[in-house]
Amino acid sequence: MTTMEEKPMDILRPGHSACPGCGSAMSMRMVLRALGSRAVVVVVPSCVSIIAGPFPNASANVPMYHAAFEVAAASAAGISNALKTQGIHDIPVLAFAGDGGTFDIGLQSLSGAADRNEDIVYVCVDNEGYMNTGIQVSSATPQHTWTGTTPTGNTRRKKQIMEIMAAHRIPYAATATAGFPEDLMEKVKRAKSVKGTRFIHLLSPCNTGWKIAEDMSPKTSFMAVETNIFPLYEIIDGLHYRLTHKSSSQPVEAYLSLQGRYNHLSKEQIRAIQTETDRAWKDLRQKCERGS
Amino acid sequence: MSKFITGNHAVAEAVRLSRPGIVAAYPITPQTPIYEKLSETEASGNLEGIMMRMESEHSAMAACISASLTGARTFTATSSQGLALMHEMLHFAAGARTPVVMACVNRTLALPWAFWSDQTDSLSQRDTGWIQLYVENNQEAADSIFQAFRIAETVMLPCMVVLEANFISHFMEPVDFPEPEQVNRFLPAVSLPRRFDVENPGFVGAVVTQKQYRQFRQLSHEAMGLTLETAEEVDREFEAIFGRGYGLIEAVETENADLVLVTSATITSTARLALKRLRAQGIRVGLLKIRLFRPFPTAAVRSVLDPVATIAVIDRNISLGREGIFCSELKAALSNSPVRKRIQGYLAGIGGTDVDDVLIEKIVQDALNRETFSDGPVWMEED
Repeated sequence: MTTMEEKPMDILRPGHSACPGCGSAMSMRMVLRALGSRAVVVVVPSCVSIIAGPFPNASANVPMYHAAFEVAAASAAGISNALKTQGIHDIPVLAFAGDGGTFDIGLQSLSGAADRNEDIVYVCVDNEGYMNTGIQVSSATPQHTWTGTTPTGNTRRKKQIMEIMAAHRIPYAATATAGFPEDLMEKVKRAKSVKGTRFIHLLSPCNTGWKIAEDMSPKTSFMAVETNIFPLYEIIDGLHYRLTHKSSSQPVEAYLSLQGRYNHLSKEQIRAIQTETDRAWKDLRQKCERGS
Repeated sequence: MSKFITGNHAVAEAVRLSRPGIVAAYPITPQTPIYEKLSETEASGNLEGIMMRMESEHSAMAACISASLTGARTFTATSSQGLALMHEMLHFAAGARTPVVMACVNRTLALPWAFWSDQTDSLSQRDTGWIQLYVENNQEAADSIFQAFRIAETVMLPCMVVLEANFISHFMEPVDFPEPEQVNRFLPAVSLPRRFDVENPGFVGAVVTQKQYRQFRQLSHEAMGLTLETAEEVDREFEAIFGRGYGLIEAVETENADLVLVTSATITSTARLALKRLRAQGIRVGLLKIRLFRPFPTAAVRSVLDPVATIAVIDRNISLGREGIFCSELKAALSNSPVRKRIQGYLAGIGGTDVDDVLIEKIVQDALNRETFSDGPVWMEED
């Protein structure tokens, strides 16, 4: 049993401005706890920057910078290099960006930083849409998903951000989600121990946008992994894949049926999602076998 | 030490001597030789800081801003499309009160595509909150870089040194460079607030209320007011050490002038020549060079132009649907002047065409003999 003394200090303080039950707030808390208080954090317009608090309040007890939407990576890189000119080499610089700020508008800046192998940890808090501006489709929104701008379901597939990052051959990339807290925090610590560009793709349920109850974020996050919709793995140097959790491979319906944003799905659409999930899962396992 | 050098290389050498911690840049014609020269300087081990070879101008400015907030002296250079792409981050730099210094090499904006001198790129960044200095020659370009770091780091606002494509960027002129010790005396090692201190964490860039926003803007505007005094002091100190001063504006034979010609940047050099010839013919014409565009030196301009009745302004730029931008600014600055003015705007050199002494004389003659002064600009055709 954890005693008061052993309880790790939280960097994200209570009283922040997230919606009740927010998956992103939970994720931020875990990431910052694993990173420690000796770090600099960049946020960009997203739910994370709102959770960070309005002036003069600040919910996180680390130096934080709210940069422009599309420059999370470039801004973190500027801090990282400037610290080095001051002889400071032991303070990690972390960038938090949403899926819009990563998959869409921030992709160029992220690709540039990854190409230069900037010494930063980049965490994409992916709630599969523009949730801070309401609920609009992004290129991280899965196919068939309802959003405010795809009222009959999204026709595009979810962009494969992990493959894009692997193609940059960055030293460390991993997927994580709040439903697996130990796995998530272990990955942040591993990222912290490596130099160069590190990328964590963090799936983060949004109660409002996914139309789930306030207490359903952890369960939904957990089921995304257990249905292979969002497998947990890491990629070393863009080449070596490793699964970090062996899923129970439950039918995708067990995940989809938890969420109001999938209420409209037909049986054929669910079958199509299952087929695509199986294909991707098989492909990932093959990559992991090759990498071991 | 004197070097026969292009304006771009003069800027790069002045930047090296200014010892920035971070140089973040991206190539664009005609700025590229600044970026290349600084890269060579780094490769030979003579650049104190770190070069960041960015994937866009937008990211270059983003990196300069965050590095500046970390406490580093920062520099970037761009032109035209690159500056336009940076636009969002230019507002950001000023709002963050980061003393980023930039060399902007004026170039035409597309469409149509072109590579020549035109000031509309930098002038259309007028309202971003950047200090802007327009330089006349290679020596002034180099000297203004040293001054820009001093001014920016004193008032905590970003500063743009604006030099024209080709006429300055690629033309060679003799330029005097100070010894490193002299520069260190004028521009000491960087001492900026380090905003990301893990021992004393704070949040830079939080969301504010309507009233707080207004208060922040008011503070920035006051800093711009302070910039007028600071830029003058810095220029005086520079002149005392290096023997060269430029002022915020420069008035040439404006006293008792029947007409004052107002110019900026390289057209000023040619206007000096035209002025001599016109004076020799007994024509009482004066010249006013505007070096500092933002903050606009209204009081200094009025001290020269308040008694003057007839003014001609030459612009190598245009706010489409209005007129030359220096002309508009000048008219606004003189609107409370006690002497009634007749001000005529002339567009010359737009697109990078040559503005020679003959063309300038033609402008002066036109203004002197003009019966009616039009609210719109007069387009001057090149020979």
